[in-house]
Amino acid sequence: MADTTLTHTGQAQPRPAGLQGVAADWSSDQRAFKNVSWGKAMMWIFLLSDTFIFGCFLLSYMTARMSTRVPWPNPSEVFALHIGGSNIPLILIAIMTFVLISSSGTMAMAVNFGYRHDRRKTAILMLLTAALGATFVGMQAFEWTKLITEGVRPWGNPWGAAQFGSSFFMITGFHGTHVTFGVIFLIIVARKVWRGDYDTGRPGFFTSRRGRYEHVEIMGLYWHFVDLVWVFIFAFFYLW
Amino acid sequence: MAEVTANGLAQHTLHGAQAHDPAAIGTAPAEVYQEHPIKLYLVVWAWLFILSACSYLVDYVGLQGYLRWSLILIFMMLKAGLIVAVFMHMAWERLALTYAIILPPILVLVFVAMMVFESDYTLLTRTVFFGAEP
Repeated sequence: MADTTLTHTGQAQPRPAGLQGVAADWSSDQRAFKNVSWGKAMMWIFLLSDTFIFGCFLLSYMTARMSTRVPWPNPSEVFALHIGGSNIPLILIAIMTFVLISSSGTMAMAVNFGYRHDRRKTAILMLLTAALGATFVGMQAFEWTKLITEGVRPWGNPWGAAQFGSSFFMITGFHGTHVTFGVIFLIIVARKVWRGDYDTGRPGFFTSRRGRYEHVEIMGLYWHFVDLVWVFIFAFFYLW
Repeated sequence: MAEVTANGLAQHTLHGAQAHDPAAIGTAPAEVYQEHPIKLYLVVWAWLFILSACSYLVDYVGLQGYLRWSLILIFMMLKAGLIVAVFMHMAWERLALTYAIILPPILVLVFVAMMVFESDYTLLTRTVFFGAEP
């Protein structure tokens, strides 16, 4: 049997007592995610909790739709647009999908250029991402206006099951809110990149933590998540 | 994908950033990040476009039944997988993080199964007490 060598780490550090001790013990050198900073890990955990929120929305929508006796309005017809003398099904939703995917592509490239410390390209790509996101929200506002003028309300609509309106406004409204906040934060981070905050390590206005290019990646994680949620909404709400 | 991973995985570490910050020593890791060629993102972007177009076509052509369902779900999972794996860099993270983030949402499927039974039961009682169609 091999000798067991005891590693002496020297004098044990005195631990602080009281409330300070509680904080110190809970934050004491325990790292589950070895090569991921806590900022990135925390964004992932936030996204996980957000996944559950959207998961519950889609679940309640599924339950409402499966348990009603009244026929569900056909999304293919409800979301059709009248262009050039004929109805094209879901065309606006398809364009919105492409806009959001494009914004995810520009965001991924912004993260890449951020780590290469290319301030100009990073900021331009992030602003382009924000512009595409704003376009998406604008198209969603158009879609909402169209449906509301056609008589869709959270408590009823002209075509079938009343739950259609409430599910629609709840799910797309929550997603649109996420996109809107994403656009705001994209502009904030893009401004910091432009100003060189992440090169000089200038502390943030709110958190006072030193700026790092990793913030661009964390912002990117949020933005890709918004795109990810849309993939599921597109499949379950619009295509079902 | 294997080829992309082979030439795309280059981990860079910057040590300089933490050198003058005594509070950061031992707590914050040196800035570790992955650098992939831009081409990888463009390829994934193109695939996301193709997959979205395909799922739109499923509706446009008007496929119905199990074929529609399996195609929509396959395209959805492929798109979600590409976004999480490449755009969010999950493919290159350590397994501890991947499992911590990916496994819990899969458990939502249990909830889905419960609600499927529940809504079947609700529909049954509604049909029994209120008739088949309003």
